[in-house]
Amino acid sequence: MNSKAYNLFLKDFRSELRTRYAINALAMFIIVAISVILFSIGNEKINENLTAGLFWVVIFFTAMSGLSRAFVSEEERGTTLTLQLIASPTTVFSGKLIFNVILVFAMNAIIALLYGALFEDFIIKNFLLFLATFILGNIGLAVSSTIIAAIIAKAGAKGTLYPVLSFPILLPLILTCVQLTLFSFDGTSFEKSRFELAIIVSYDVIMITVSYLLFDFIWKE
Amino acid sequence: MIWKIFLFLLLAFVSVAGIAFPIVEKPSAWYEFPFIPGLEENAKIIFFHVPTAWVTVVAFLMSTIFSFRYLKNKNLDDDLKSYAAAQLGIIFCILATVTGAVWAKFAWGAFWSWDPRQTSIFALLLIYGAWFALRSSIESEEKRATLSSVYSIIAFVTVPFFIFVMPRIMTGLHPGSADDTNAGPVVNFKMNSNMLLIFFLSLIGFTILYLWMWKVGYKSLIYKEKIQKQFLRG
Repeated sequence: MNSKAYNLFLKDFRSELRTRYAINALAMFIIVAISVILFSIGNEKINENLTAGLFWVVIFFTAMSGLSRAFVSEEERGTTLTLQLIASPTTVFSGKLIFNVILVFAMNAIIALLYGALFEDFIIKNFLLFLATFILGNIGLAVSSTIIAAIIAKAGAKGTLYPVLSFPILLPLILTCVQLTLFSFDGTSFEKSRFELAIIVSYDVIMITVSYLLFDFIWKE
Repeated sequence: MIWKIFLFLLLAFVSVAGIAFPIVEKPSAWYEFPFIPGLEENAKIIFFHVPTAWVTVVAFLMSTIFSFRYLKNKNLDDDLKSYAAAQLGIIFCILATVTGAVWAKFAWGAFWSWDPRQTSIFALLLIYGAWFALRSSIESEEKRATLSSVYSIIAFVTVPFFIFVMPRIMTGLHPGSADDTNAGPVVNFKMNSNMLLIFFLSLIGFTILYLWMWKVGYKSLIYKEKIQKQFLRG
């Protein structure tokens, strides 16, 4: 099963490299979003609170612009039935999830680097805490947006519904991540942010479990 | 019929008692409510606002349970039941939000201040909205039922986070919040027994009202479907 999921991921990866649709769209979206924020800030000095919030705002909307491709592209090309024949739902979901996790990590690393270069207040004092937040937050973001993408691909309206459906699901994750990013700016220790870290870990675990349980129903529809 | 009369009497009593019974410093008569510092006359909203919020959550829970049953049995009736519950849920959700916001204007000075519970009910409103948007985008009945059931279960598992996460991230203004010093946990010891009694009567009354409305809503959905089918047959 694992090698099949890996092969599925490779297939997505290769077809992505061939067209570079998602990569190009995401890269441009990141640049556009960050420049809009920079223009609107102008010469104002914004505080840490706002920087942490805007960081996750850009991450959320970038994810919403690119991650639905995983399943929507299969529906558009009409390859869903073939996939249903050759692989079990769990395998399909694993393959898509690996692809989205890698995409999210790549795009968020770029966003973090750009923020570090362009925003004065983006100074991380507790780097390990930021890294933990970043990794756990990315996994949660990838899982939730993958399962919602599966729903969206089966529903009629593709583009507009995606952020609408994802936002309430991602809200607890994003709020906690903003808080933890702020902690890492302040240099708060791991001990003091244990509760928030526990929240993201449990969010990730719950979302992974629920997604694997429910994906069968979506995929067979 | 009997229980409809009972419901009418119950809600009539709760409304009259909730609005008209006086709040005094030292309650002695059976109809007098205690004076709660920081809340004063504003305390009376508890008889109407809390039950609507409670019904919102009950409706959400019922909608999720019927979604779960639909995925298990693939019976379209369960989907209709879930839909009827969610329809009422969003109405009560809006009611709870609006009554809360109006109350907040007088108690806290602003209609909206992102109190943990305000944020939670806002998230619930968003979930309901997204759920209806998803349903309206799908033509086929079975597909609509399956996808919306899946979505309502995914949305439901995030609810505990709102209960645990929000109070930690935002400071609470709500009576009964952990860090609330003047009004304190209202339900536990600031209300006297008659206030508690009317509060719980109101909860029971609103719950029965909701169940009745849910039954009527579910039946009307079935009739609507029947009429549509007859119409299609010509």
